[in-house]
Amino acid sequence: MSLKTELCGVTLNNPVMTASGTFGSGAEFSEFVDLNRLGAVVTKGVASVPWEGNPTPRVAETYGGMLNAVGLQNPGIDLFIERDIPFLTQFDTRIIVNVCGHSVPEYVEVVERLADQPVDLLEINISCPNVREGGIAFGQDARMVERITQEIKRHARQPVIMKLSPNVTDITETARAAEAGGADALSMINTLTGMKIDINRRSFVLANRTGGLSGPAIHPVAVRMVYESARAVDIPIIGMGGIRTAEDAIEMILAGATAVAVGTANFTNPGVTMEILAGIRSYMQEQQVGDIRELVGAVHE
Amino acid sequence: MDKGRERFEETAIIIRQEEIAEGIYSMWLHVDRIAEYARAGQFVSVYCNDGSRLLPRPISICEIDALDGAIRLVYRVAGKGTDEFSFLHTGQQLRVVGPLGNGFPQKRKKAFLIGGGIGIPPMLELARQLSCEKQIILGFRDELFLLDEFREQGKVYLATEDGSAGTKGNVLDAIRENGLSADIIYACGPRPMLGAVKGYAAERGIECWISMEERMACGIGACLACVCRSRERDAHTNVKNKRVCKDGPVFRAEEVEL
Repeated sequence: MSLKTELCGVTLNNPVMTASGTFGSGAEFSEFVDLNRLGAVVTKGVASVPWEGNPTPRVAETYGGMLNAVGLQNPGIDLFIERDIPFLTQFDTRIIVNVCGHSVPEYVEVVERLADQPVDLLEINISCPNVREGGIAFGQDARMVERITQEIKRHARQPVIMKLSPNVTDITETARAAEAGGADALSMINTLTGMKIDINRRSFVLANRTGGLSGPAIHPVAVRMVYESARAVDIPIIGMGGIRTAEDAIEMILAGATAVAVGTANFTNPGVTMEILAGIRSYMQEQQVGDIRELVGAVHE
Repeated sequence: MDKGRERFEETAIIIRQEEIAEGIYSMWLHVDRIAEYARAGQFVSVYCNDGSRLLPRPISICEIDALDGAIRLVYRVAGKGTDEFSFLHTGQQLRVVGPLGNGFPQKRKKAFLIGGGIGIPPMLELARQLSCEKQIILGFRDELFLLDEFREQGKVYLATEDGSAGTKGNVLDAIRENGLSADIIYACGPRPMLGAVKGYAAERGIECWISMEERMACGIGACLACVCRSRERDAHTNVKNKRVCKDGPVFRAEEVEL
């Protein structure tokens, strides 16, 4: 039985990876998870310079979900290259660096700094709902998505994954735009913009007022968007959004995802990625699936 | 993976639970290595059994019984998660990760142990472990709790908002009214109290350690939800932010902005 999968010429030991922003660069979770057993670690977004992020409270729980407005706090690319990449290279896992910026030149700067680094893939975050410039503003306009993708592809040494926003009318438009711009893969979905109000204080729970909704509550939306996009483009898709169990992960793969990323569920159970991996294995045994790649997009029409 | 490990995920069994004041619950949990490794001032992440509640509740450790493998949590019912915990009985289970955070440093100096409201519980284990001269100052809104336990550990001074016990006012009013002095301060409580204690310590040049609270998600330092503003650039975050769950919850008062 093989769980190996391939993304843009990069072989992953298995399709289970972490979703950006929920796992740091793996150091904190390494007490609960054997990083060698992850298909890839996707790092928290890193920018050209350190970002302080948003004021607190930055998170709020909702029914079956959570809102976050961390605002892409990050230590900047210099410290990231000095500390986080050497930490991750100790493990037998693929390294995917999530890149964020306020402007195209800022993304490009990070991409260029990573060119000679032992990084397998780049994931470009054009879909963060919690920062004013860059982020989602870039990810909601198909022409902009295509232009940014082209610009990043011109400078990137590693294959480029464009991370798409679900806060659009038709995800296939931005998916096609990224593909037209030369993206090697897509990842989806980032969080859905939400809001929570404290009725006793009559105030917003998050200091940022709005935040990104994640967790099991958004899983069906993610499955639908992965399915639609997989039919619209020919590049591989990394599926994420509310994956909590092996069943959720397999659903995403059947919808068309080549690999899956686990995010919010890491907060509910720090060792959940290992449980999901074990669950995928048992499913394959029960269903007599010899190769995980047989399942990609294998939902019956 | 166990080498050098200090944090553990365990299924805890409830030894007993009781309501010790209105909406304040005391729960003894049987745990294994968490009790063995825990220090005063650390906390645990407690996970809900209800699957709709995804985030762990960070709760400070009130007492540690390493010998019998037990910890005591004293918490206020503040929402649906803690409400769920309050209905649990002896023998039922809870998933717990810990011990988390840094805990209080322990120095042999004449000390103030200051607790306010639901910041009072973690001061109990500290009081038990500190062998130096100590004065315990507790601030309550109205109803008192944990008083007998604290009195076993040293002289206790009270402040209540309504004046129903001890000094009418806050913990600093109690310190002034009783003419107390100290060479080190350990404090946990609401933000305004911590701010006032920090100011008091700064004026007198007293070493001061405060335990902070913030909304958390992962609880282990990965997600950067629970940061507080710091005076200097933090070595880990590389900005003027510190992670309450990992770098704290206990900070030198002058390190953090309140």
